[in-house]
Amino acid sequence: MIPYQMPSLGADMESGFLREWKVKPGDTVKRGDIIAEVETQKGIIDIEVFDDGIIGELLIKVDDKVPVGTLMTHILTKDEAAAGIKPEKLTVQQAATAVSPPPVQRHIKASPLARKIAEEKGIDLASVKGTGPDGAITREDVERTTQKTVPAERSVSENVRMAVAAAMSKSNREIPHYYLDTTVDMTKSLTWMAEANKKLPLQERLLPVVLILKAAALACREVPDLNAWWENGPVKKDHVNIGFVVSLRSGGLMVPSINDADQKSLAQLMVALNDVIPRARAMKLKSSELVQTTLTVTSLGEGAVESVYGVIYPPQVAILGFGGIHEAPWAENGMLDVRKVMTITLAADHRATDGQTGNRFLLAINKNLQQPEKL
Amino acid sequence: MTRLTYREALKQGLREALQSSDKVFLLGEDVGRYGGSFAVSKGLLQEFGPDRIMDVPLSESGFTGAGIGAALGGMRPIVEIMTVNFSLLAMDQIVNNAATLLHMSGGQLNVPLVIRMSCGIGRQLAAQHSHSWEPLFAHIPGLKVVSAGTHEDARKMIMAALLDPNPVILFEYTAMMNLEADMEDPLPAVDLSKAKLRKSGKDLSLITYGSGVYKCLHAAGELAKEGMEVEVLDLRSLRPIDTEAIVASVRKTHRALMVDDAWQSVSISSEVSARIMENCFYELDAPVQRLNGLEVPMPYPKHLEDAAIVQPSQIVNKVRQMLG
Repeated sequence: MIPYQMPSLGADMESGFLREWKVKPGDTVKRGDIIAEVETQKGIIDIEVFDDGIIGELLIKVDDKVPVGTLMTHILTKDEAAAGIKPEKLTVQQAATAVSPPPVQRHIKASPLARKIAEEKGIDLASVKGTGPDGAITREDVERTTQKTVPAERSVSENVRMAVAAAMSKSNREIPHYYLDTTVDMTKSLTWMAEANKKLPLQERLLPVVLILKAAALACREVPDLNAWWENGPVKKDHVNIGFVVSLRSGGLMVPSINDADQKSLAQLMVALNDVIPRARAMKLKSSELVQTTLTVTSLGEGAVESVYGVIYPPQVAILGFGGIHEAPWAENGMLDVRKVMTITLAADHRATDGQTGNRFLLAINKNLQQPEKL
Repeated sequence: MTRLTYREALKQGLREALQSSDKVFLLGEDVGRYGGSFAVSKGLLQEFGPDRIMDVPLSESGFTGAGIGAALGGMRPIVEIMTVNFSLLAMDQIVNNAATLLHMSGGQLNVPLVIRMSCGIGRQLAAQHSHSWEPLFAHIPGLKVVSAGTHEDARKMIMAALLDPNPVILFEYTAMMNLEADMEDPLPAVDLSKAKLRKSGKDLSLITYGSGVYKCLHAAGELAKEGMEVEVLDLRSLRPIDTEAIVASVRKTHRALMVDDAWQSVSISSEVSARIMENCFYELDAPVQRLNGLEVPMPYPKHLEDAAIVQPSQIVNKVRQMLG
């Protein structure tokens, strides 16, 4: 009997709404099956099971909002199901208590008067920004808070905006970024791709972006230091899961991950992109596509500006930016030519790596793009 | 309205006191023929005669004791100790006799004595003659201690002190002698037990006394130009301290800055700060702050002396900080 809990779909997720159960008790599931839809700040996400078995009693009602870690159901083995084992039901409350971290006793610097007023008006001082000496909360700060109207329930797109805002603020606050860039001659890659596309049916034709993704994924193998998370120290990751930034029409971003991108052929990457981009725009992503990303790529595509400097998505330690492919004068062997070129930028966490690592990484990508047949 | 110096206000106060009763007389070093070392009693010898304006030998303990004796005998003496610096020599008389006899006699013997002393800093008199010892006297039960930080109080405090049946120490300020100000005429009597709001404001309370009052008023004027409405509370009575007035002011402004020239440790400022904590902690919107003289023997050179005592610009800066 394996407990199934509300998963964490991002470091900043505290709780989620159960919007739909896709299974009922007694259903047989296998690893990777989607069993429910959960709404978070990042939209509605399909959540998967990680074990084979039979679904037990459903412990959470649709539209309940529960903290991460709350027991949702159990996955039973065949024998357990046959024996009619009913898991002991935990109440939401107990489950929440069991998993929520101990409350942090943070001392809030506030004037005695500010405390008194906050208490009278039922304001949580933790939500008030202090402007007094040493950032202390003063009467004025509390009164400013009371004047604000309670924010209306946010729409999904507003939630996405806020999630991006929170992640980017945290990143810029905590991560000492360093930046490198290089401009790459794309002629070989594009010529090779045009030839390859001649042999492919229209719907399977490649786009430059898959070459770029593959080149980056392979570079992660060569320079594994950047395929990592910062978790109180650099932690290199075994899989290369490339997050691909998708802009939403309503504003905001989704970054679905193409898992094991280094193992996929260009054709498979193309299929994966065609699958994931529309789902990202519809906010219908799977949990495994959101929480395992090891490196993010933002690609502006054709006709875009020349370079983009990213903000790292924590806990990752780097983000690659691919500018628009454009024609430019190109000097080589003492001769001047016009080539299709692309500027690649790297923003990386200086806690985890140094410029030399970033340099090797960008050189590796360039090398890969000059050998498109090996991609 | 009449315009007069702080010295002249003191003299008028003394004259009023001497005129009020034959029992009132002034004794002190050089108060008669010399006219007082700061010319406060100049001309009073001619006006009231040697029985009422009495020059005494250089013995603070001796003539203060004589004053206590006269008070016990039914007279209303005003003892002038030339400056606060010499009051240490009279300390035993003040603490062990003047302040204590009512208690020691089981309430039979009160000491209706006024001791005036010129006090404070600002005339390059160096380390032995630049003391701010209000806190020493304010420490002692049995005394009343008042401080004339304005012309009004210089004029009216002597009379009020004389009306008190117990010993009153009256501090006057050397550095302010030539300072001119407009004064109402006639002035109402002062109530020695009450602090006085010299300027009303809503943003912060400057709590001060003595030489700090005009400095604070000056600073408050500067701050008003920047839109900060600062209140100036003149304590006037340093023993007892008018806690009620302090609390009322802090309840209004929620911020307090104490200003005085005395050394900070164990000072009037310390006491006021403690009373604010005890009585209206939950009204505070910022930590109570203090500006005091530096804790060094007073330097002689002018620029170092200035650096050692509170300047109005410091008050302005401190208030700016506190109001963010």
